[in-house]
Amino acid sequence: MAALRVLVGVKRVIDFAVKVRVMPGGQGVQTEGVKHSMNPFCEIALEEAVRLRERGGAAEVIAAAVGTSKCQETLRTALAMGADRAVLAEVAAGAEVGPREVAAVLAELARKHRADLVLLGKQAIDDDCNQTGQMVAALLDWPQGTFASQLELEEGGAAVRVQREVDGGLETLRLRLPAVVTADLRLNEPRYATLPNIMKAKKKPLEVVAAAELGGAPNPRLKVLGVSEPPGRQGGVRVDDVPALVAQLRQSGCV
Amino acid sequence: SCTRAAQAQQDGVAAAAVLSLPQPHTSAGLTEEQKEFQKVALDFAAKEMAPHMAEWDEKEIFPVETMRKAAQLGFGGIYVKPDVGGSGLSRLDTSIIFEALSTGCTSTTAYMSIHNMCAWMIDTFGNEEQRHRFCPSLCSMEKFASYCLTEPGSGSDAASLLTSAKRKGDTYVLNGSKAFISGGGDTDVYVVMCRTGGPGPKGISCVVLEKGTPGLSFGKKEKKVGWNSQPTRAVIFEDCVVPVGNRLGAEGQGFNIAMKGLNGGRINIASCSLGAAHASVLLAQEHLTVRKQFGEPLASNQYLQFRLAEMATRLVAARLMVRNAARALQDGREDAAVLCSMAKLFATDECFAVCNQALQMHGGYGYLKDYAVQQFVRDIRVHQILEGTNEVMRMIVARNLLQG
Repeated sequence: MAALRVLVGVKRVIDFAVKVRVMPGGQGVQTEGVKHSMNPFCEIALEEAVRLRERGGAAEVIAAAVGTSKCQETLRTALAMGADRAVLAEVAAGAEVGPREVAAVLAELARKHRADLVLLGKQAIDDDCNQTGQMVAALLDWPQGTFASQLELEEGGAAVRVQREVDGGLETLRLRLPAVVTADLRLNEPRYATLPNIMKAKKKPLEVVAAAELGGAPNPRLKVLGVSEPPGRQGGVRVDDVPALVAQLRQSGCV
Repeated sequence: SCTRAAQAQQDGVAAAAVLSLPQPHTSAGLTEEQKEFQKVALDFAAKEMAPHMAEWDEKEIFPVETMRKAAQLGFGGIYVKPDVGGSGLSRLDTSIIFEALSTGCTSTTAYMSIHNMCAWMIDTFGNEEQRHRFCPSLCSMEKFASYCLTEPGSGSDAASLLTSAKRKGDTYVLNGSKAFISGGGDTDVYVVMCRTGGPGPKGISCVVLEKGTPGLSFGKKEKKVGWNSQPTRAVIFEDCVVPVGNRLGAEGQGFNIAMKGLNGGRINIASCSLGAAHASVLLAQEHLTVRKQFGEPLASNQYLQFRLAEMATRLVAARLMVRNAARALQDGREDAAVLCSMAKLFATDECFAVCNQALQMHGGYGYLKDYAVQQFVRDIRVHQILEGTNEVMRMIVARNLLQG
């Protein structure tokens, strides 16, 4: 029976519920003292990996993150949700790390741990790049199934069927393993970590390695010129009756 | 998570998402593990409880399925030993968890804390047979528990209780009634303090019995100002026969068991007050930034800024009292019981004032049931009364100070 090794990339991002504030100077957003959590799409990817293991398809789930040492808390959450072990590819505080560096690290970890499947969230909610999964597949020369809303391991464990949400509807691909899959919203509903699992997570291995050793040395080629809030809401115009409304709509080109 | 929040927001409770954010001072001094516990509890509260708290209050729904979901995460027997299905956590871990859950629904969390207290009493004072008979299904919340001490004639003077348990062969025959029992009539397992011996505390024993026992019946469901997601009824014993094997500990040990249960119970109830106050401060904060009068957001008004600052300060002070008491209890310190009484007194009083102030800051909106703040006020009002009135808390502290 299949004994797949699954590598799951997880990213520590500002929590979705936080009201993000632009820093004075417009060079970025405030992250100091702001609540961070695991990227929601990464949670979904991790949940899928853990379910694969619970169904007997996978033997081991390895969670990986690229970032500062604060990412260890995200990896602990991954362990509490069911990952077997975790790896942090550490960079110095303030270092700029983008999809290319992360993809290089994940590809190296996939080789090192002989992963059969790399599962990632489709994108992170802070930068919305939607690039890392695709880049990992390119670096490894593996097939990719992005925006997955369903993932099935074939009998024999040599391939997966990925149902993707695409503009035209749903598309199903068959990918021979090893492969890269990125998770979309409807793939699953992630579990809560249970108290016993949080306690067990303490004993699971969490390895910290310098990102440079895994090919992920920061090498920023993009420069952020400015960050600003979207323009404030403009006041509307009151009209007296429906004909006036229709006239307004016609006038402004909406109809 | 994004998916859960999307749904919560669709339910029209944008505040729920805000509530899942711990402010820095709620996590101060906690271990990484405790922060994880807090995170799970806050997420659960925001997604599974907050969107429903108003409905549970209005329709008086006892949210069995939600509580069972919580039990699956380990919240059914938080400080019960793992060998009988508990999570084996400390009193401080427990306080953090109840405080977090309470931001979602204080009334339901308060009931869960009572359930946890009963499970602990059986775990701690029961023999192996009793522990294995009762605790696993309590920890999973397959069955729910109630704590039966108060009677129509004995509230603060708990040791004067009259429910009798007359020995007859290898059974006790119970006669009497209990009042104000949380969960009464809907719960399955009743931990009852009854008189097996002479007057006073030393004549009291503790027995466990289950719904369906002949002679066990319930009064009408009480109509309450708050705590409406848990039913409250009188519990009536009429020649109710209970095997001697259902007695926890020794004859005459019952009052001691009841009081030991209450030490933890007081920390738990105080923790529920903390959660309500925390949620109320966040709601007030939100309202002050959004509501405008005299051409400015309310938050520009120095009086309101100062009041908010006072509320936050009182909340932090109350939290420190509660966590300090929790640490003392789990460390087995001599002064633990007194610290628990002080913490319960201080936190329930302060947090009620904080919630009430938060309601005031909402102006007229604060009085509408569409806004959650009034429910936090109504739900925690009773925390100053039960598990020992705040007057009894003063008695305990004074006696401790003056006896030396």
